[in-house]
Amino acid sequence: MNEVVGLSNGSLLADEQSLIRIGQQVLEEARRQGATAAEASVSVGTGLSVSVRRGEVDTLEHERDRSLAVVVYMGQRTGAASSADFSPESLRATVAAACSIARYTSEDPARGLADPSLLATEFPDLDLYHPWALSADEAIDLALAAEAAARDADPRISDCDSATVSSGEGLRVYLNSHGFVGSRRGTRHGLSCVAIARDHAGMQRDYWFSVARSADELEAPEEVGRRAGERAAGRLGSRRLGTRHVPVLYTPMMARGVIGQFLGAISGNNLYRKSSFLLDRLGDQVFPSHVQMQEHPHRPRGLASAAFDDEGVATRDWTVVEDGRLQTYLLDSYAARRLGRQSTGHAGGVHNLELQSGDQDFNQLLQTMGSGLVVTELMGQGGNLVTGDYSRGAAGFWVENGEMAYPVEEITVAGNLKDMFAGLQAVGADRDQRGSIITGSLLFESMTVAGE
Amino acid sequence: MTESLDIARQTLLAPAGMDDAALEQAFDRLLAPSVDAADLYFQCTRSESWALEDGMIKQGSHSIDQGVGVRAISGEKTGFAYSDDIVLPALLEASGAARAIARSGQSRSLQAWQRGRGLKLYPPLDPVESLTDQEKVDLLRRVDAEARRADPRVEQVFVNLSGSHDVVLIADGEGRLNADVRPLVRLNVRVQVEHKGRRESGSAGAGGRHAYSRFLDGDRALDLAREAVRQALVNLEADEAPAGTMPVVLGAGWPGILLHEAIGHGLEGDFNRKGSSAFAGRLGDRVASEYCTVVDDGTLADRRGSLSLDDEGEPTQCTTLIENGILKGYMQDRMNARLMGVAATGNGRRQSYAHLPMPRMTNTYMLAGPHDPEEIVRSVDRGLYAVNFGGGQVDITSGKFVFSASEAYLIENGKVTRPVKGATLIGNGPDVLTRVSMVGTDMELDSGIGTCGKDGQLVPVGVGQPTLKIDALTVGGTRG
Repeated sequence: MNEVVGLSNGSLLADEQSLIRIGQQVLEEARRQGATAAEASVSVGTGLSVSVRRGEVDTLEHERDRSLAVVVYMGQRTGAASSADFSPESLRATVAAACSIARYTSEDPARGLADPSLLATEFPDLDLYHPWALSADEAIDLALAAEAAARDADPRISDCDSATVSSGEGLRVYLNSHGFVGSRRGTRHGLSCVAIARDHAGMQRDYWFSVARSADELEAPEEVGRRAGERAAGRLGSRRLGTRHVPVLYTPMMARGVIGQFLGAISGNNLYRKSSFLLDRLGDQVFPSHVQMQEHPHRPRGLASAAFDDEGVATRDWTVVEDGRLQTYLLDSYAARRLGRQSTGHAGGVHNLELQSGDQDFNQLLQTMGSGLVVTELMGQGGNLVTGDYSRGAAGFWVENGEMAYPVEEITVAGNLKDMFAGLQAVGADRDQRGSIITGSLLFESMTVAGE
Repeated sequence: MTESLDIARQTLLAPAGMDDAALEQAFDRLLAPSVDAADLYFQCTRSESWALEDGMIKQGSHSIDQGVGVRAISGEKTGFAYSDDIVLPALLEASGAARAIARSGQSRSLQAWQRGRGLKLYPPLDPVESLTDQEKVDLLRRVDAEARRADPRVEQVFVNLSGSHDVVLIADGEGRLNADVRPLVRLNVRVQVEHKGRRESGSAGAGGRHAYSRFLDGDRALDLAREAVRQALVNLEADEAPAGTMPVVLGAGWPGILLHEAIGHGLEGDFNRKGSSAFAGRLGDRVASEYCTVVDDGTLADRRGSLSLDDEGEPTQCTTLIENGILKGYMQDRMNARLMGVAATGNGRRQSYAHLPMPRMTNTYMLAGPHDPEEIVRSVDRGLYAVNFGGGQVDITSGKFVFSASEAYLIENGKVTRPVKGATLIGNGPDVLTRVSMVGTDMELDSGIGTCGKDGQLVPVGVGQPTLKIDALTVGGTRG
């Protein structure tokens, strides 16, 4: 088992030109079949993933994906099609399927490619490509080290559900009939561990993970395992709580989800449909004045960094919230036209959205909270973006006098997102960098906790 | 089955000029001495979807995905590789990669091929071809018009129609050769209503393993439009939901998501082999009240969760999970069945050729009980009556599960009174069913809208149950 899966530096690069050629053939074929405009994306990816359990390999998976997607326009009508087959016949058939659909969709004045003046013309090197020459044996050793560390973290760790090491790389080219050609190439490596702790009352599980563009930025497997083990053991002896209204502190992993709900509420697709509780709030005070939210799409090695969005529109730094006031919506071309605005380069989502941290770390936030609930896990769907109503299953810790008193489970947290945002007391200094949304813990003034 | 096998050979192997000898070559490479089991999973999925919004046919899309997944199992170890190119060199390369899990040595060769057995629960049709594109967009427009006609407060109507045609061929190291041709369709309606500045939404959907034409039978599609509007208007009147633990009456049908989350996942074989489920080692224990008998049944004709054979080529069956409150069985794929020394139950499923099979649910439901549904509501002094749900989730290790009500009412003095906003319900799987004190006579399956996620893999499933009462369950509202 010594094959090297991370491809050497040049091999995917060499592929870039061939993917672009396929994209150009797609655009040419679309024109030939009568499309007035078209866009194509062609992507390839490879990966290796190894999981171990009880000191042995559990699964060893080799991944290899490719995909070709085309959107055609017949005037203001559109059709889309995709295939994993890059052969010339498949390419023609895929374009034909999209064109056939475009004959049945409606004339929609907002439909079309992105405005040519907004397309990216500069392609800075964002330092996203760091292949890892990882053999299956090496991956297994790393995973075993994580598993062993989880077991050593606490005598009550009875098992690990899995310890996993993964490494993958991808290349995607996007072209449109305005003449835009862009490519994105990147690597993503990860280490994760799920630990199970047991005592007389039952079992608890929890996990930890590390993810990065470059393997040298991953946390050590011993660290990932230890944190998974400590977190699982920390949940043993969980109790329930009585129903109450209390301050609630979301750890950074949980905070990311709430911020995701905020971004959903200011995204163009929900706004033009009037399906957002933050309708017509541009410029308004949505958060308290200490809250600052910025987007930095060009951050080197950022997990969500990109020079252009899914329509080729140039990305740039944005101030999304300043002093608690909403500064911009997040728009793709279609939503922008529906709202009489310009695309903000958010087709496909945000790129490194960061909440500015306050100066209190997690322990200081506990002190500030005094008594209340720390949420370390959420279950079920998030909020209702039309109304802002929010209700989720939760687990975490009850806090008394600024100290974690005992773990809690089988409770819910509920409120309205509008009120939660307005009552956001603090953003912690304990920033979590592992995603497209980067935030510290969030302390909410008051939520309803339901339990026994 | 022969018909499916012919279609599968024609669709999957013929274009690459592959025949049984090519499969044998792959197994020659896969079957190392320490390999206990191996399989090849060829698949071609054609799917489409159409979306209406603002009274316009806004989008349509078509996709074809195909490939072959190769798996080798040695003891508890699994090696897996796949290729989206169905050609012999790629197949052999993937076979070599999957086999890397096993010790090296002289390979065994394959026994003679034998045709599999399987059920015939749906016709091998291609739903995409079952209506013309014009008929599909006309259907969307009629649903839209019906929703807008139903009430002037309707502000937005979203209608989605999707269908797929999935052809699979499964060859395993025992020489079994199986095929299945799986149609799947779905129609979904979501409406948003506005009244005096307040906005709410409602949705309804239906589907199964059949042609689109089923939606044209009677008023089925238009019923969905009216149902979505009705739910949205109910929500327009809804007050804050209560917070705390109280009696909860769940309606028949889709609220059976309770069973899927509370006990279904916890009874999947992999978690029990590994001992990571709160139900591990509890066969024969009482885990529910005497009124509860719960099955997982993949053999229902046309249902969304049904399969003529599972993704390992095993015929599906009706597996009793809980009988009169006693835990009777787990759901197994072949690997976990072998390791636990029990029979496979036809629950080995995978999202696609690019994913590993696991024990998964099919249609999970509770059989009817002795109580009149109206009597069940009348028995509650003060509680919640929940009839429609969004999704759910479970932590199979601690047993804690949630499911989110999207249409619910207060019960006061035995009567259903005011509607309340959606809220998450949370409970503990291993004991929640012990508090089921009444089970209705009105068993109903859901309308064909369920999708289950596990380890990032999505598969279509069904649920069902009669009206039932849980004496105490925590309701995650805001008014406490």
